Amino acid sequence: MTQGKVRVLVAKPGLDSHDRGAKVVARAYRDAGMEVIYTGLHQTPEEVVEAAIQEDVDVIALSILSGAHLTLVPMVAGLLRERGIDDVLLLVGGIIPAEDRPNLKQAGAAEVFGPGSNLDEIVDFTRRNLRRGA
Amino acid sequence: MDLVERLLDGDRRALARAITLTENEDPAAAEIAAAVYPHTGQGRVIGVTGPPGAGKSTIVDGLTHLYRQAGLRVAVVAVDPTSPFTGGAILGDRIRMRRSAADAGVFIRSLATRGQLGGLSWHTGSVIRLLDAAGFPVIVVETVGAGQAEVEIMRHAETTVVVMIPGLGDEVQAIKAGILEIADVLAVNKADREGADALVKELQMMLQLGRPRVRPAEASSGEASPGVAWLPPVLKTVATSDQGLGDLVAAVDSHYRFLKESGGLAIRRRRELDAEIRGIIRDVAGQAACAWAETAGSWAEAFTRVIARRVDPRSAASELVSEFLGPRT
Repeated sequence: MTQGKVRVLVAKPGLDSHDRGAKVVARAYRDAGMEVIYTGLHQTPEEVVEAAIQEDVDVIALSILSGAHLTLVPMVAGLLRERGIDDVLLLVGGIIPAEDRPNLKQAGAAEVFGPGSNLDEIVDFTRRNLRRGA
Repeated sequence: MDLVERLLDGDRRALARAITLTENEDPAAAEIAAAVYPHTGQGRVIGVTGPPGAGKSTIVDGLTHLYRQAGLRVAVVAVDPTSPFTGGAILGDRIRMRRSAADAGVFIRSLATRGQLGGLSWHTGSVIRLLDAAGFPVIVVETVGAGQAEVEIMRHAETTVVVMIPGLGDEVQAIKAGILEIADVLAVNKADREGADALVKELQMMLQLGRPRVRPAEASSGEASPGVAWLPPVLKTVATSDQGLGDLVAAVDSHYRFLKESGGLAIRRRRELDAEIRGIIRDVAGQAACAWAETAGSWAEAFTRVIARRVDPRSAASELVSEFLGPRT
């Protein structure tokens, strides 16, 4: 019954202070039966990756509204690679201009969800793309 | 076993994965538990409990920081509730544990209760052993926001800190049975708020009334009970600005020293292990008996008689158990 809960780290790296979106997504994952670790605001990429390791999550969902996504996402992805972590699904949400999406995917994000994304879609995408058997 | 060796070696990813396997009741978990057990028994467990919003996570963050300053590595287990409807959970204790977020001497793991009542996750005890084996001398366990009956923590912790805040109710709350009885140390947090001094007085009065105080499990163990001489101190704290946390650590440490020197620690550990083995036997034997009754025994026939109201459930179960035990006695 309790076997293999999907664990998601919802993290806000960088300096923006708005986490309504992160909380809404966290709630959607919760309602989908997943365990969500929410870290709060102003995380460094190192802190995000360290939390992901300690919590042994299946998914890292980064919420970035500051405009620094082109710096922060590659940093998180780089740290994951450095630590040899290849079984964690990296997702990005927030205010991301369309032209930046290919860059973020190139850097290691599996998908990018902008404003107006459908919550069911996010949850669905997450479920379908888990990298280890949950 | 590679994972266990890496865990014993202090590899954080191995430790994290071992915890996941344990939580998921993976078949490998039993082997891991068996392999690490000889390496446990070194760490001490501090429990932190209290009502939601009392400041438990902030206090844990402060305690962690102070133990780190004293040169000790610290592991934190933070438990939050699972939704009874969806099975999901939001684990938000890390939000208040920011000071240690990037400290390699600290390991924080959030657990969901996954349906277990009592304020902890079913696997808390096993997770504590993994952290103990990984070499953390101090293990802090934060329960879910507790009401009155979430007292499971006292089975796992050597020292239980109960965090209270002013303004939650009248003095009758302080003399009720339950969570206040399990405190080895009481912290009145948010002590800069009105009513803190009154609450401290009420708690002190309640504790003095209760003397000589014997913890229920110690009372029923029939053994000498060195725990009786400990009067839980009541301390004022303002965790958000670190006020009173030094005193809190001092009180926690002096309780641990007291337990050790009085011999109470050894008694408590023996008692818990005794209860653990008995619990597992009940569990395993019960499952075996059920499985046998359903396949080889006369389950279906007994069940029919119960449904027809000819035999009551307890008598039917007793018959099935005798049948199960019969051939081997």
